[in-house]
Amino acid sequence: MSRILQPASERRAETHPLTWRLHDDQSPVLLDEYRRTQGYEAVTKALEQYTYETLTEEVKTANLRGRGGAGFSAGFKWSLTVKGEDKPRGYIVCNADEMEPGTFKDRLLMEQQPHLLIEGMILAGFANRSKQGYIFLRGEYHRAAASIQRALADARAEGWLGANVRDSGWDFDIALHTGAGRYICGEETALINSLEGKRANPRAKPPFPGQSGAWGLPTVVNNVETLCNVPGIVNNGADWFQALSGDLSSDGGTKLYGVSGKVENPGLWELPMGTTGNRILELAGGMRDGLTLKSWLPGGGSTGFLLPEHLELALDFDTIGKTGSRMGTGLLTVVADNQSMVSLTRNLEEFFARESCGWCTPCRDGLPWSVKLLRALEAGEGEPGDIELLEQMARDLGPGKTFCAHAPGAAMPLASAIHYFRDEFERGVTRPKGKAHADPIPVGSV
Amino acid sequence: MTSTTTAGTTTMTSTIASDGFTLDPADREAILEERAHYPYPQAASIEALKIVQKRHGHVPDGAIPAIAETLGIGVADVEGVATFYSLIFRQPVGRHVILICDSSSCFLTDYEELRDAFIAHLGIGMGQTTADGRFTLLPVCCLGACDRGPTILIGEDLHGPVVPDEIPRLLEGYS
Repeated sequence: MSRILQPASERRAETHPLTWRLHDDQSPVLLDEYRRTQGYEAVTKALEQYTYETLTEEVKTANLRGRGGAGFSAGFKWSLTVKGEDKPRGYIVCNADEMEPGTFKDRLLMEQQPHLLIEGMILAGFANRSKQGYIFLRGEYHRAAASIQRALADARAEGWLGANVRDSGWDFDIALHTGAGRYICGEETALINSLEGKRANPRAKPPFPGQSGAWGLPTVVNNVETLCNVPGIVNNGADWFQALSGDLSSDGGTKLYGVSGKVENPGLWELPMGTTGNRILELAGGMRDGLTLKSWLPGGGSTGFLLPEHLELALDFDTIGKTGSRMGTGLLTVVADNQSMVSLTRNLEEFFARESCGWCTPCRDGLPWSVKLLRALEAGEGEPGDIELLEQMARDLGPGKTFCAHAPGAAMPLASAIHYFRDEFERGVTRPKGKAHADPIPVGSV
Repeated sequence: MTSTTTAGTTTMTSTIASDGFTLDPADREAILEERAHYPYPQAASIEALKIVQKRHGHVPDGAIPAIAETLGIGVADVEGVATFYSLIFRQPVGRHVILICDSSSCFLTDYEELRDAFIAHLGIGMGQTTADGRFTLLPVCCLGACDRGPTILIGEDLHGPVVPDEIPRLLEGYS
């Protein structure tokens, strides 16, 4: 349903490795067409020319950084996996639990080009000596599920999956696992628990999944877009991948960027990594209805707010990281000048409070508390000290204080909204210091 | 309940009553088929709940021990999962569940107006079901179609952008 807004005539194999096969009518690329357009050539090449070690090295050299939002080098992650002739074979898991607010890129790849993901998973499985792959797909993506199921069956029928893949002597298959809600399933170790049929609480690290993941075996978890980049790297080499971003970024490759919010043409574009926010907003036709841009999130609800002046920066992991925010998923959410930062922050914290798994205390109790304060400020019923309390909470929910990145993710938009738009929050402080917030938080209120 | 052996799995004897619930044989088969995708049976528990829910609209209490017995896992493990995941319904819902995305991009494209219009049109609150059992309203995390906000999911159908005036016509398609 989401659309790539570059017409097919502008997308080429050499420059748009993720989207060049996609049809303007959004119909899926089926196996025959995929095979006619270089499909599965990377698997053939890998089986003939690579070992699991050299393939890992190639992806490491390409500096493919995780497109799920964290930006961790995929090849480096693979190199940390326990593997070898004498080691048990584990799992490659695709994180297709796309639920980050403002993010709609993996849906497009899975609905319209499932074979690219499957090919990427076969290569990742080969590089990690995995015995089985799982695609952990969120339950609400019904069309993607149908598209993947058909593609898995078609690929299996042609011998790309199953016992003795293409007569190589190597066994590998993929199963689709669909979820049943809960944002926390996108957290790597919570995802593994959910895959095992448990509640999606995160696990303590170490051990990292590469040592002990699903069912205690070495497990690699990669995002959909990350895996979709692997076939191109194998076909064309690490140098080609690096060159895709030219001198725009030290990170290689392209990125599926997107914009949502009140712009003229919300949608997706495959562009060189390091493209500026200004360029992406220009492609989206700018703000609609005569509105002016006030702020933006660079890549999802768990990234920090930025200002219009930051639109001139390269959208890559390191450059955006230096602002104190994160690139995250690279899909921009834009806020117009007539939209309240207090209300939007309240909405975001309601989301994080509801989606907390409840495993650790700062997250379970802190997030509903922040919602309560934000609702009071939004209603113009805040009292002196509320803003400072929210700032303290943003610090206390930060990295290292909780089991996983859920609460730090929630803290980022909260801290940055207050940092850049403090006056909007101060307008909500109208009550004298007292016991306005002494009431307990009603159960089920977030 | 008695202990039986199914497809090579010795099932546990459950002391928790199934309240007269009988797992449909086709659902039982489907659950065992899912079970084959994993090294351990517990992994199929979420899919098992979804299989039961597809037939009954929700997961009746008696289905929990029935699933546990089919998979040969603990009743508490199934119940723990059933109460954790937001798309597993532990009480009856309407024939069509309307999931309204309430995440940031839809918030910025006026989802709150849309939500209030649904509430007014159906005469129910979020989390409630219409008296005729036709619709249930629930919030949902970002539906991943932010370029089409505000978005909703009715059954398996994604709609967006949805404007309040369209609601009556949109719902005509769901009887």
